[in-house]
Amino acid sequence: MPQILVEALAKTYRVAERAPGLAGALSGLVRRRWRAVHALADISFSLEAGELLAFIGPNGAGKSTTVKILSGILRPTSGRVEVGGLVPYEDRVRHVARIGVVFGQRSQLWWDLPVIDGFDLLADIYRVEAERYRRRRDELVAMLRLEPLLDQPVRQLSLGQRMRAEFAAALLHDPAILFLDEPTIGLDAPSKLAVRDFVRRLNREQGVTVLLTTHDMHDVEALAERVIVIGQGRLLTDGPFESLRASVLAERRLHIDFADAAPEVEMPGVTVRARSARSLELAFDPAKIPTPKLIAAITAEHAVDDIHVEEPAIEEVIARFYDLHDAGEA
Amino acid sequence: MNALALYGRYVATSLRAQAQYPTATLMLTAGHCAATAIEILCVFALFHRFGSVGGWTFGEAAVFYALVNIMFSLADMLSRGFEVFGADFVRTGAFDRVLLRPRAAALQLAGHEVRLSRLGRLLQASVVLIFATNLVPIAWDASTIAIAVWAVAGGVALFMGLLVLQATLAFWTVDSLEIMNVLTYGGVQAAQYPLNIYAAWFRQVLTFGLPLACVAYYPVLAILGRPDPLGAPDWFLPLAPIAGFAFLALSFVAWRAGMARYSSTGS
Repeated sequence: MPQILVEALAKTYRVAERAPGLAGALSGLVRRRWRAVHALADISFSLEAGELLAFIGPNGAGKSTTVKILSGILRPTSGRVEVGGLVPYEDRVRHVARIGVVFGQRSQLWWDLPVIDGFDLLADIYRVEAERYRRRRDELVAMLRLEPLLDQPVRQLSLGQRMRAEFAAALLHDPAILFLDEPTIGLDAPSKLAVRDFVRRLNREQGVTVLLTTHDMHDVEALAERVIVIGQGRLLTDGPFESLRASVLAERRLHIDFADAAPEVEMPGVTVRARSARSLELAFDPAKIPTPKLIAAITAEHAVDDIHVEEPAIEEVIARFYDLHDAGEA
Repeated sequence: MNALALYGRYVATSLRAQAQYPTATLMLTAGHCAATAIEILCVFALFHRFGSVGGWTFGEAAVFYALVNIMFSLADMLSRGFEVFGADFVRTGAFDRVLLRPRAAALQLAGHEVRLSRLGRLLQASVVLIFATNLVPIAWDASTIAIAVWAVAGGVALFMGLLVLQATLAFWTVDSLEIMNVLTYGGVQAAQYPLNIYAAWFRQVLTFGLPLACVAYYPVLAILGRPDPLGAPDWFLPLAPIAGFAFLALSFVAWRAGMARYSSTGS
């Protein structure tokens, strides 16, 4: 029995249609016309305990709706959801006691209170027993380097500091499952690295199941072995990122700096992506021409200063994938 | 930690947050005290001009005024989360955060913010009550004190019920509806005066619709030891405040319907 089970999940919102302008607003008060918006059409997946899954998709694809249903805030129009044997929206209080949620855009903490006071209050809200709370808090404070921040009011923290505190707040009750909704949004580079490192440790060392939504492809690259892509409410792919890459954009890139002027290169399966006076960027399909063979062929004929192979950036892979599935922002 | 103890923690937390801005809190409290004190001056001016209204003296009217304002200020202090629910919770999405915590949403909202500045109105109304007690012959003994406390409890429940209803509407309208202030603040104004000065249909509304008379007019008659000039039986007078609790219970029925709607629309 998987820890998270989602079957044929669908969510349809009713949105009031309104003609523009004041006249439209007034007639909307009298008689409303409704339009159905299918936020989720048919989503199925399951997650074993200890997995780390990234949920990606363009804006409006249905990521947030899925996370809201999984965390018990929203009730789906149809379909079945079970998390740890509970139906989240049927049994909200029991369910949320066992999960942790971090929203990148929204704070869980009390703005005017010192960080530590917020933690204390959360321990009471979640009914964490005093001794367990103290141990868990000390552990999280050490992992997230929160010691110097504990006495500061939340409003005085930088965004990076606050996110670290948010993570601790979401984990004080020791949940087995963590939902992260765009946890690195707006963070500077060192803070992003710190968040990724922490999530990885939490998943590997403590076995916490993590479901993450993000637009930052480096989050995906650094964290997730498994990626689900959704677009327009449908599940487009579910699997390791590498197989997604292979199916969409298998090509590699070869950057060559020549000792002399860059030559013409004409080989089957190889195209020139960019050229300057003394360098070339080639795109090739390693299934048609293996990398060592291509390098050997070039270095045999030309004097080369430097050479390196690259895979297309993850953003490029995903953008291509959205194009292929016509899944751009609705 | 049980719900009541947790509520206490919420209150303490809220007070500590306000203590971060002591000057602002003090000035707000003083301002609130002064602003509401104007109202009792208006009541005084009215009685000074006409001597008595509907057979009531100023001292008796001041008892109504004081009790109603004590009820309202307590309810207002204890249900701020419901009052600002539409604008501060539904529209901003902060209600999701409430739902992510393993506690009743109503408990979290009640504890959201306990505003010290509301002590201003409470203080002012308490002073008026002491003052009024000196103007009219009230025999403060165990039974009249019990009726007063019971009436205030019923009144707090009634006004909280109104604020819960106001919050419930926000599930449909998203924003907090100012129109509900007609009922809350209008209700405070209406219940400040004895029931028998109003037209019959309005008396019905205040007894059976929005039962403000049940938490103010009838129990105050019992405290003053006067029979109801409108003919309500004597046994009913001290019992009437129970209507406030019934109103609160009904408000929570509506609230639950609103919660169900929220979970299916998410807005």
